[in-house]
Order: sequence, then C-alpha cells, then structure tokens
Amino acid sequence: MRRKIYRAPMAVAGAMLLGVLATACSTEEPEGTSTETAEESPAEGEESPSEDSQEWFDQALYDTQFEQRSATFEGDPAQPWLQYIDGEMTDTADFAAQGAQKACFANASISNPWRQTGWITMNQQLQVLQDSGVISEMETRDAGDDDNTQIADIDYFISEGNCDAFIISPNSTAALTDAVERACDTGKPVVVFDRGVETDCATTFIHPIGGFAWGIDTANFLIENLEEGDKVVALRILPGVDVLEQRWAAAEKLFEENGIEAVDYFTGADPTEIKKIITDELSKGDVQGVWMDAGDGGVAAIEAFEDFGAELPVMTGEDEMSFMRKWEETGLTGLAPVYSNFQWRTPLLALEKIFAGEEVPKEWVLPQSPITEDERAEFLEANDGMPDGHYAKFGGEDLPGYPEVWQERQIP
Amino acid sequence: MSTTTAPSPTTRGLPATEGTPAQRIIRAAITPGGAVFVLLAALFVAVVLSNPSFGEPPQLIRFIGRTAPIAIAAMGQYYVIVSGEFDLSMGAVVATQVVIAGNYIGQDEGRVLPAIGLMLLVGAAVGVVNGLATTLLKVPSFIVTLGTMLALGGLVDYLTGGAATGNPVDTFRELGRGGIEGVPVVDVLPFSVIILVVVAVGGVLLMRSPFGRTLIATGDNPDAAGLAGTSVWWIKTRAFVLSSLSATVAGILLVGYAGVHPSVGQGYEFQAITAVVLGGVILGGGRGWLLSAAAGAFALELLFAFLNFREVESTWRDTVQGLIIIIAVAVAGRAWTVGRSPKQPPDPPPTTTPTTSAATPNPARPGTDTGEH
Repeated sequence: MRRKIYRAPMAVAGAMLLGVLATACSTEEPEGTSTETAEESPAEGEESPSEDSQEWFDQALYDTQFEQRSATFEGDPAQPWLQYIDGEMTDTADFAAQGAQKACFANASISNPWRQTGWITMNQQLQVLQDSGVISEMETRDAGDDDNTQIADIDYFISEGNCDAFIISPNSTAALTDAVERACDTGKPVVVFDRGVETDCATTFIHPIGGFAWGIDTANFLIENLEEGDKVVALRILPGVDVLEQRWAAAEKLFEENGIEAVDYFTGADPTEIKKIITDELSKGDVQGVWMDAGDGGVAAIEAFEDFGAELPVMTGEDEMSFMRKWEETGLTGLAPVYSNFQWRTPLLALEKIFAGEEVPKEWVLPQSPITEDERAEFLEANDGMPDGHYAKFGGEDLPGYPEVWQERQIP
Repeated sequence: MSTTTAPSPTTRGLPATEGTPAQRIIRAAITPGGAVFVLLAALFVAVVLSNPSFGEPPQLIRFIGRTAPIAIAAMGQYYVIVSGEFDLSMGAVVATQVVIAGNYIGQDEGRVLPAIGLMLLVGAAVGVVNGLATTLLKVPSFIVTLGTMLALGGLVDYLTGGAATGNPVDTFRELGRGGIEGVPVVDVLPFSVIILVVVAVGGVLLMRSPFGRTLIATGDNPDAAGLAGTSVWWIKTRAFVLSSLSATVAGILLVGYAGVHPSVGQGYEFQAITAVVLGGVILGGGRGWLLSAAAGAFALELLFAFLNFREVESTWRDTVQGLIIIIAVAVAGRAWTVGRSPKQPPDPPPTTTPTTSAATPNPARPGTDTGEH
C-alpha cells in the first residue's frame, strides 16, 4: 500500500514541462510568441514534406500519366471497362481452352466502400460468364488487408486450388511480387488488377490511369478555382500506399509550383478526425480549398464548414454517392475525381478473352476521367436510389440484378 | 476551475479541510487530481497564444462540445480504473453503437427513441458481461475487455463489411451536432455540452454516494472492502456497466458529430485511459477524482488541437503526441517525489494513515477515507 502513497502525487512540474515543450514547438513558426529557448523539440521536420513526396514522386510515371489523361482509348466508349490504350499485346493462343474454367481470386480486402462496390459488380459479371459457360466457378480468398494472408492465399491456390486461372488484386506492391511470380510459374494465366506488383510476368495488368493522373486533375482544378496564396487542407487516409501516395505527390508538387499553401493530415478516413482538423484549421484562419486523396469522409469535411458557419471551400472528393449528393445539395465548387470502379469487371472479361485465345493488352490501362459539375446531374440521376457508399462510375448498368443488387448492397 | 478540486470528504475534519480556502486550493493543485487543472490551464494558454481566436467564447464552447464524447468516455473509464480494473472494450462499444444507429435508424424518425433504448441496452449488456467475467470467472479485466473489444469489432465488420454505411436521420444527429441557438456570449450552446454537464454532475453525486465510496474502497483493497461487507463483484460489475453506458453516450454524440463510419471510436479506450492517468487517477485503483479524469480528456484534446494549430508535420504527429504524453505523466510523478522528499523527510505518517487503515480489515470504516485526491 505504501507504494501507492509515494506514486500517487503528480506535480505542477508536469504542466511546466508540457508548457516548455509546447512553446518549443512554436519557435519553429515565424509568428512564434515563444520566449523559451528549448531547441531539441521533436518537431524538427518542417522541411521534410518535399523529401517525403520525392520518395513517391516518379517523374517518368508522372509524365506518362499526364499524357494518358488525354490519350485515345481503343474500344467502345459505352463500355469503358473494355477500353484500353493501344500498346503491347499478350498473345494468349496457348491459353485457349474448351468448356468452363475455374478462376481463383486472391483479393486484398473489401474493407472500404470502393472495394465493396467493385466486389458486388464483379460478382454480377461472374454470373454472366457462368451462364455463358466460360467460367465454372470463382473461388475467392479475402486477405483482410494483410500481406502475409494474401501470400498464403496465393500459395494455397497454387498448390491446392485446382485453378485454371488466377486473378490477383494485390494488397501491397513489393510484398506480393514473389507470390505473383510463383503464380506465373504455374504456366496458367494470371490477371493482376488495381494495385501493381514489381514484375511483368502477369498475362495482363489491369488498372485505371493512376494516382498521378488523379493528383494532376484535382490539383489543377483547385489551382484554377483558387488564387495564389490561398490555403488548402489536404485530407489523406494513410501513408505508405502507392496509389494514395502518388495522388498526393502529384498534387503537392503542383500546389507548390502554383503558390497554393497546402497542409496535409492523415485522417484514417475517420469523420471525427476530419471534422476536428477542419474546425481547428478554420479557427486558425480562412481555408479556401479542401483536397482529398479519397472521398470517404468528404461529407464530414463539408459539415465542418457548415457547423463553423464558414464559407464552403472549393473541394475535390470522389465519385462516391455521399459526396456527390452533398456536393449538389450545398452547391459548392467541386470536382469528383474517379478511380474507375468499373475496373472490377475487367479481370473476368479478360479471362473470357484469354480462354478464347484472343490477345489482351499487356498493360490494360482503363479510362479515368473525373466527374465535373456539368456531368453531375446525369450521374446522380443514373444512380438514384443507390446507397451513400456506392460509386457513380461503377459500370454495372447492363448486368443482371441492376439496380436492386447495388441498392440493397448485399456484400456477397 | 481548480477551486472545485478541493477534496470533498469534508465532514470529518480531515487535513484537507484545514486552512484558508487559498491554502486549500494550493494544496489541491499539487495533488495528482489537481495538477491536471494546472496542466489544462497551461495548455490553454499555449493554445491561445498560438491562435488567439481560440479563446473567443463561441469557439471555446464549440471545442468543449466536440471534446464532450471523449470526456464522457474518460469519466466512464474512471469508474472502472478506480475500482482497480481496465476497460479496453470502450472503442469497440462506441463503434458498435455508431453502426447500430446507422443501420437501425436509417431515415426513419420514428425509430430514434427505440434506437436510443436499444443502444443503452446493448451498452449495459456489454458492461454486465465484462463485469461478471472479471469478477465471477476471475479472468483479468485486461483480457476480458480485450475479448469483448475483438468480439464487438468483428460484429461491426460483419454488419458493415468494414466500410461506411449511410448516416441516420438528421433529427438523431442533432444531439451531437446541434445546439440551442441564440444564447448570449457563446451564440450556440451545443447539446453535447449540456449532456456533458449532466453526466459530470450525475457522476460527482454518484461518487459522493455510498456506491462511490465503496467503489474507491474496493479499488484500494478489494479484500478489505469484501470483509467490510461489500459485495465486490456487484460493485465492480456496476463500474463496468457505467463504463459501457458512458461509451454508449459518447457513441450517440459521435454519430451526430461525425456520422457513421466503422473507424469512429477507434483508439477511444486508450485515449480514455490516457486521460484518466493524466487526471492523476492511479492505475490499480483506489485513488483519483472523477472530474480530474474529465480534465485529463480536455488536456489531451487541447494538446491535439495545439499540434493542429502549430501544423506539426503529419508524419511526425503521432510521435510528438506520444512523447509529450509519456513525458508529462512520467516527469510529473517524478518531480513531485523529488520536490517533496527533502522538504519533509519524516512526514509520511499523516498520509499513510488512511491507507493503512483501509488495508487493515475494519468493518466499521469501509475505506471511506482513502481520499479522492
């Protein structure tokens, strides 16, 4: 019991120390009101943002994606999920097969609304191909956002899955490379989509243009609608995921070049965090723009402006219905960048071509174009009755079960 | 604010009641439960210095409103910690309630009241499970509540697939988002502030009631409390129920404030525990003041706001937060002992007395004077 008595007390010194640390941070700022001299504060990273983004910034890829934004796509624009940019094709004559084949799908996760929407669409596409006798069944393993689980899933498919083809949506780039190569070594077709891996052994790699294109579209929109010196709050979900980092790397570069003051935060897509961040920024000074690396939580950001009584910002969100609706309701100046959700149909359609022996693009780059204010009404109408987590460019209007399956949003 | 921290058990002429009010305030301020108010004041000054508009009443009241959920959760965690246990399931309870609100209410206004009833029921049930498993099955609460946390987390994932569903109807969200308009000085008085005050006043009364006294005695020495006639299992179970109900109230406010997302409530248990520790409540139980736990929550949120105002690099942010918390708690405890020992080396007896008496089984005094500082 004595132990408690001596440890119980706490002192004013704690408060003092906190005060010192606190003011130490403020010495970094030009308008610092601090009188303390403590220099060894941990907040020394003022100059690090550019270093950080340079890690993710890839000039060559940036230039490629910059070009691809205005490229012409082969195929029928009414079926964007089958469109691609002309380039190297993979000959698949050896894969031609008779009868229904079994597909094995190693999925990274369905832990966000974007992946859930895509997953529903994919299952409806599967139904079509099952009915037409192309695919017998699709065995799916969900890795729950875990690299190790997904590697084990792929190895299971290779050794015991009895698979005729592999579809892989990698959880992360570097970690999954070896496992994808092992799948390629089986000599069966391998379709990789969404995030990439560091090998080109796959029969086809399907993805929309990419993160840099997103960053360029969104940053340019904000730059056009704001003035030099305006402040933009960038809400980012989490660090370290290439598609997200590339979005920010491109946007940050453009903001810097055009004199937009941008400050970035990680939110974990938690609306509570988003609201606090925006409120604090507003109480510090005016915020003219909001940039998001994904639209999840966009509504909370707008609500924070409403609750504060501040003028609504110029904002880029995503083609998620919650944002699209709030955008229309508030009438703010906005843009809905799109990371084409319809790409979830393409892997199965690619398998159909492969089993028929038709050639497919080695790198299958799908169209990716943002929804502008002029197009908004059209997409809102087309997706009337869809839940908030639904994505406007889901591309499943011609599939069986439309629209009930997406409206009820039963995750298969 | 710190005036109210003066220890409450006043009726029996304890040392705490001696001296002039000024002396008592100073004495209270150097106790762990009092120091947090000093810390709070220091942080507040730091924040206002870096952003003067933060001190304006409308902004301040909005800050208090948005801190209400975590302050309520911290007070809930206080009951459990002061009884000598932990509740790690808080964040998961918040997330569960948020998802229930989103899924069950939807756009149907008629379901608002049934939903609140359902949520409170679920909250109470979780608390009962935590409490009984800890006390009757004798599983350490750390493990029990970790288990409930995982179980509820899985339930949320199952119900939502890990992603956001639609927000419930706006009338329900008003509780956490709206307020009484046209109030002088502060413009809008958020409902969450009113709820916070009600919960805090209720909590203080509760801690002054026989239940509160027994709870602290149980945390200090369960054996002694048991011998004194307390049914320890029931006292602790009620503490767990209070904790889960607090998490439920926090969840209701958060749905209003932020909307439905499975990540709402993530890390709440650790924020609440940190707030309680910052508030000078002893892990292991038996000591600490309810309002200090709430003050600890405010101190934490002020710290986060401060980092926002200073625009600390986003990748650094968590590290800075963590370091400041560790240093604040560690140095505070240390500095007190250091500063104190040379001054009054032969002094321990007066402070020891109450605890020794509690340690000795004494049916006549069921640990009522272990003190709340």
